[in-house]
Amino acid sequence: MTTSLLMPLPAVAAPGRSYWAMVWYQLRQDRMAMLIASILLLIIFSAIFAPWLAPADPYKASMLHRLLPLGSEGHLLGTDELGRDMLTRLMYGGRISLLMGVIPVLAAFVIGTAIGLFAGYMGGKMNMIIMRVLDVFYAFPSVLLAVAISGALGPGMSNSLIALTLIFVPQVVRVAESVTTQVRKLDYIEAARMSGAGAFSIIRVHVLGNVLEPVFVYSTGLLSISMILASGLSFLGLGVKPPEPEWGLMLNTLRSAIYINPWLAALPGVMIFITSIAFNLLADSVRSAMDIRR
Amino acid sequence: MNTNLTPRTPAPDRGGPAQPMLIVRDLKKYFPVRGNLLQRKPKFVHAVDGVSFSVPKGKTLGIVGESGCGKSTTARLIAHLMAPDSGTMIFDGEGVAEYGGLELKEFRRNLQMVFQDSFASLNPRLTIADTIAYGPRIHGIAATEANRLTHDLLARVGLEPGQFGSRYPHELSGGQRQRVNIARALAYDPRLVILDEAVAALDKSVQAQVLNLLQELKAERQLTYLFISHDLHVVHYLSDYVMVMYLGQIVESGPVENIYGEAAHPYTRALLSAVPSMNPEHRTLVSPLAGDPPNPINAPSGCRFRERCTHAQAICEALTPTIMEVGNNIHHQVACHMNNPMSGHTETIQEISA
Repeated sequence: MTTSLLMPLPAVAAPGRSYWAMVWYQLRQDRMAMLIASILLLIIFSAIFAPWLAPADPYKASMLHRLLPLGSEGHLLGTDELGRDMLTRLMYGGRISLLMGVIPVLAAFVIGTAIGLFAGYMGGKMNMIIMRVLDVFYAFPSVLLAVAISGALGPGMSNSLIALTLIFVPQVVRVAESVTTQVRKLDYIEAARMSGAGAFSIIRVHVLGNVLEPVFVYSTGLLSISMILASGLSFLGLGVKPPEPEWGLMLNTLRSAIYINPWLAALPGVMIFITSIAFNLLADSVRSAMDIRR
Repeated sequence: MNTNLTPRTPAPDRGGPAQPMLIVRDLKKYFPVRGNLLQRKPKFVHAVDGVSFSVPKGKTLGIVGESGCGKSTTARLIAHLMAPDSGTMIFDGEGVAEYGGLELKEFRRNLQMVFQDSFASLNPRLTIADTIAYGPRIHGIAATEANRLTHDLLARVGLEPGQFGSRYPHELSGGQRQRVNIARALAYDPRLVILDEAVAALDKSVQAQVLNLLQELKAERQLTYLFISHDLHVVHYLSDYVMVMYLGQIVESGPVENIYGEAAHPYTRALLSAVPSMNPEHRTLVSPLAGDPPNPINAPSGCRFRERCTHAQAICEALTPTIMEVGNNIHHQVACHMNNPMSGHTETIQEISA
């Protein structure tokens, strides 16, 4: 085999040879993804730096300036039913809403992948037992289950986080388990066993790398669902308690103002919508960027 | 057992040149067939049913047979990728994973396998260099030493290390991937390499290159091959001894010139005459072998081949033929009643081959 007979490299002759470098390179070519990513970054940035960026105090009420419309002087996005500055509260609200979106998914990603890998690699009866137990969770509609768990644990942010994590774990396990079961039967696992490697090393080097990718893509899709569910819990009074700013809760309290100032009442919903759709679209772009192999 | 052996020092020859590299005795593997809930008795597929053979040192044993005859299962049993139901294995004079014998990890250093599917046998997330270096690293070789070893191996199998080392499997052609698989198998200087349909998925010209590479490597490193294939041409080219399997059993085995020159078993003959002739004067006009192999769950009584055999008689149904020497040639053995003058079969091997 001479050097002149080389296979042409695929279109992604990325400078960095590592897999993630190639994914990043691919993602950078995707204008839509970059646009969405910058919107998301803007929202995340303004949430993180809310104490410095926000024009007002999120808890300072003013009975004289209740429900001011958008574009009012001193209140760019108006004020809510207690006269608090809307822009400020939306920025502060992003902190909790984003955390509620990311933390349960992250926790479920770690826990679910671990359980799924174990179940998938062990196979047989162990797999049966784990998967059937998780199917019990899976059988309930996720909103209903979230409400039931939060209701049982009592309202509060940490309890909603636990409830959401419990909802996502079985879903992540399912994906991780099915991919692991597929990967486990491939020849390169047998070749690794032939080399005398132990189960732990095989899982770490050969299974994990191939399972992480689809599970990661699946989990990014859960971000928006998690945000919406968290907002829903707060809306129902099972999540964050007032006067804490949170998008779902704000949507609930502004509900009564919908006939007086509909645009104002819609604002928290708009934030939830924009953020969750941005997460979803970004997940799609990441999925196709990760597809460069094969 | 010393597990810190560097791969550059070949494992010691324990039994001397006369000791076969591998002796397999009465290997059996039955797979349970899942019936429905009401089915009481579990049924079994007799995938490998009492297979015994030995592979002399430095030689190549070819295993041929139709799909589903148990070739690959035999390979996996030998490699300890699945546990046999019964049978013993002696590797260079020592039992494997038995008391006082070789430890499994040590045994695996001595035996490697090259799989048929070159793509599925490479981890898509590892570079070629990482794949080859993985095994030595597992055995405690330092990273720099493993890198050097990988470099040498890639060069040896004809892949420019600087160019291919950092590539991923999907960037390589089938022939290149199979070279990588060979390099990986050689990473710890094994003594026995199982080639499970290793060239079957490659096109003819690439196949020839890889076969030549295998021949060179065998001579260089004193390897012993167990070559599994359904391609009779390739087996003829590479093997010293040939073993023909049918439905989990050996029907004929012997030196390659005996099998290809004076095949005794009707099944072997049928297989050989199924090979397309290069000479247009000698076209194959009648299909040498009719039908499919019978269902291995309910294998026929007596001789398993009898339902497709043109020479089948009553004795073939009643009695399972034992494997016996053909004439005075102790190396050439066949399991057929026609080979045994005492069996009661009215024909003889010599008659039908005339």
